Amino acid sequence: MRLIVVALLCALSGSMAVAKDGNECVEAAGSVAPDFGLPRVAQAIARKKLDIVVIGSASSELNGPSGTNIAYPTWLEGSLRSLLPGVAIKVATYARPRETASEMEAKLPQVLSESKPALVIWQTGTADAIRGVDPDEFRTSLDDGVDKLRAAEADVVFMNMQYSPRIEAMLAVTAYADAMRIVAVKREAVLFDRFTIMKRWNESGVFDLYGATRTTNIAERVHGCLGRLLAETVMEGAKMAPPPPVVKGTN
Amino acid sequence: MSLQALPLLPVAPVEGSVIPRSKSSERDLRLDLFRGLALWLIFLDHIPSNIVNWITIRNYGFSDATEIFVFISGYTAAFVYGRAMREQGPLVASARILKRAWQVYVAHIFLFAIYTAEISYVAHSFENPLYHEEMGIFDFLQQPDITLAQAMLLKFKPANMDVLPLYIVLLAGFPPMLWLLLGRPNIALGVSASLYALAVHFDWNFPAYPNGHWAFNPFAWQMLFVFGAWCGVGGAKRLTAVIASPITAVLAIAFLVFAFFVVLTWYVPGLEPLVPQWLEDLMYPIDKTNLGLLRFIHFICLAVLTVRIVPRDWPRLQSSWLRPAIVCGQHSLEIFCLGVFLSFAAHFAMVEIDQGVGMQIALSLLGIVLMVATAALISWYKTIEGRSPRSRPGPPGATLVGGGV
Repeated sequence: MRLIVVALLCALSGSMAVAKDGNECVEAAGSVAPDFGLPRVAQAIARKKLDIVVIGSASSELNGPSGTNIAYPTWLEGSLRSLLPGVAIKVATYARPRETASEMEAKLPQVLSESKPALVIWQTGTADAIRGVDPDEFRTSLDDGVDKLRAAEADVVFMNMQYSPRIEAMLAVTAYADAMRIVAVKREAVLFDRFTIMKRWNESGVFDLYGATRTTNIAERVHGCLGRLLAETVMEGAKMAPPPPVVKGTN
Repeated sequence: MSLQALPLLPVAPVEGSVIPRSKSSERDLRLDLFRGLALWLIFLDHIPSNIVNWITIRNYGFSDATEIFVFISGYTAAFVYGRAMREQGPLVASARILKRAWQVYVAHIFLFAIYTAEISYVAHSFENPLYHEEMGIFDFLQQPDITLAQAMLLKFKPANMDVLPLYIVLLAGFPPMLWLLLGRPNIALGVSASLYALAVHFDWNFPAYPNGHWAFNPFAWQMLFVFGAWCGVGGAKRLTAVIASPITAVLAIAFLVFAFFVVLTWYVPGLEPLVPQWLEDLMYPIDKTNLGLLRFIHFICLAVLTVRIVPRDWPRLQSSWLRPAIVCGQHSLEIFCLGVFLSFAAHFAMVEIDQGVGMQIALSLLGIVLMVATAALISWYKTIEGRSPRSRPGPPGATLVGGGV
C-alpha cells in the first residue's frame, strides 16, 4: 500500500519533488550556523558516543500513515549518522502535546537522569503562546532550564515555534520568540530559528505552507529538511568548540 | 500652572463637542497628524508578514506606534475633558469620560465579533498535519459559554486586540486623575509615576483568560497616558525651555542613535557581540507589557525632537498633503477599529488570494486609502448632521466623536 502511494506521488510530482527534497530547502533556509559553540557535543563526538534528547511539544512529533515516526528528530538522527560515521548516535524524543516551557523545565531532572545527553534540543514556545502564559514566566522557565542543563553537563539548542501563515494573525508568538532569542544570547545558548527558516521557505516557494491538506506529505518533507538543518547546526556548533583533551573529569 | 493659561474657545461654545478643524488656532493639528500616522502604523504592524512593516518605527528603536497613540490620547483627553471639567464641573465631565469608555467597549466587542467570524472560518476550512499543534488556538470555539463571557469581561483578548481594553481602563480611571491634574498637576504626575513603580515592583496587572496577564498592563501604561494628559493641561508649555534647549536635543539624538544600533543587532547577525554583557544585563528584557523605561525614554526622545522639528504653527500642517493623516487622527476610535478590521481582512486576502510582495504593498496602500476615505466620510456626516464648526453647533452633550480620545 505504502509503495503504491509513493509510486503515485513520484508519478504526480515527477522531478520537481526530487529537486525540492534535494538541496533547495537547505539553500532557501539561509545560514543555520550557530552563534555559540557546543563543547559537550564536541567532547561526545571525540568519545564516539553522542546522545541527544529532544524535549518538545506536538510539533516535535509527526507520524506517517503507517504509524512510523517521520518527525525531525528521526531525520536528525539519520543525518548525524551519515555525517559522523563511527560515532554511536542516539536521539531520544520527549514530546508531549500542549506542554509549556515551565512544565518541560519541571521534568528536566527526570529526563536528564534517564538519558545523560550531551545535547538537549529544547523545542518550545507554541504551547505557551496558545495558553497565553506570561512571557516573563516563559523566559524565567527557559533561564532555569538552562541552569539545570548546564549543571548536568549538557549543551542546549533552543528551537522556536513553527511559522504558520494561516494562523499568524491569530497567534501572537513574537513575545515568546523574543524571549527565546534573549535567553539564548544572554546564556550563550544556540537558537535554531525554525520560525525564520520556515518563513523563508514559504516566501521562496520551496514549501506551500498555506495549503490545506489532510496528507502528511508536506509535513514529512518539512520535518526532513528541519532535521537535516538541525544536524548541520549541531555539526557547526561542535566545530566551533574544539574539544579539550579527553581526560575524565575535566571541564 | 494656572488654569487660565489654557486656551479657551473664542466664542461661547457648546463645551468641547465642537472641534474646529483646519483653521482653528486652538487645536494643535500636530496631535491629529501624529495620531493619524500612528493609526496607519498600527494597521501596518498588525498585518503579519507584510513587507511594508519595515517602514514602521518599531524596527528602528525601542518604542512603537502604541506609545504615540496612548500619549496623544492622554493629551487630547485632558485637553477636551479638562475644559468640560472646568466649565461644567467634575460630574458632567466624568459622566462624559465614562460614556466615551463605554463607546470604546462597544467598539471592542464589535471587533471581537468580526475576529471570531474570521477565526471560525479558518478553523473550519484549514487542515494540515504539520500544524496540528497550532490549531490549538481554535479550542476556545469549543466552549463559547466560557470564552464569550471572558471576552466581555475583557479577560479573553485575541491577538492584536489588546489596545482597546487598555484604553477602556485608562478612560474609566481618568476622572479622578483629571480632577487632580487640573488642581495639582505635578502631584498628579507623581501619583501616576508612583503607581507605575509600585505596579512594576509588585507585579500588579489585570488577569487574563485562560491565564497570564494583560499584554498592556494598565497600571504601567497609565503613566504615559497621564504624562500626555499632564502635557495637555499645560505641562507642555512649562517644558518649552527644556525642549528648546540644545542639550536636550543632543541627548535625545544620542539616545535614538543608541537605540537604533541596539535594534540593529537584533536583526543583523554578527553584530550581537558588539553589545557588551553589562549593557545587555542592564537593558534586557525590554518590557512592553509594563512599558519598560527604555521604551518610555525612547518615546520621549522622539517626541522632543518632533516638537522641535514640527512647530505648532508649521505651515505645512495646513497643506492638503497632510490632510489624510490629520483627518484620520481626528476620528481615532473609528479609524483604529477600522484599521484592526482591515488588518484581519488584509491577512485573509493574502491567505486566500496571493501572498506576494506586490499584494502586500497593494493591500497596505488600499487599507490606508480606506481609512482616509472613511475618516473623510465621518467628517462629512458630521457636517450634514450639523455638528461641524461651519454649521450650527450641535445640542449640548453631543458626543465627542471628533474630539476623539
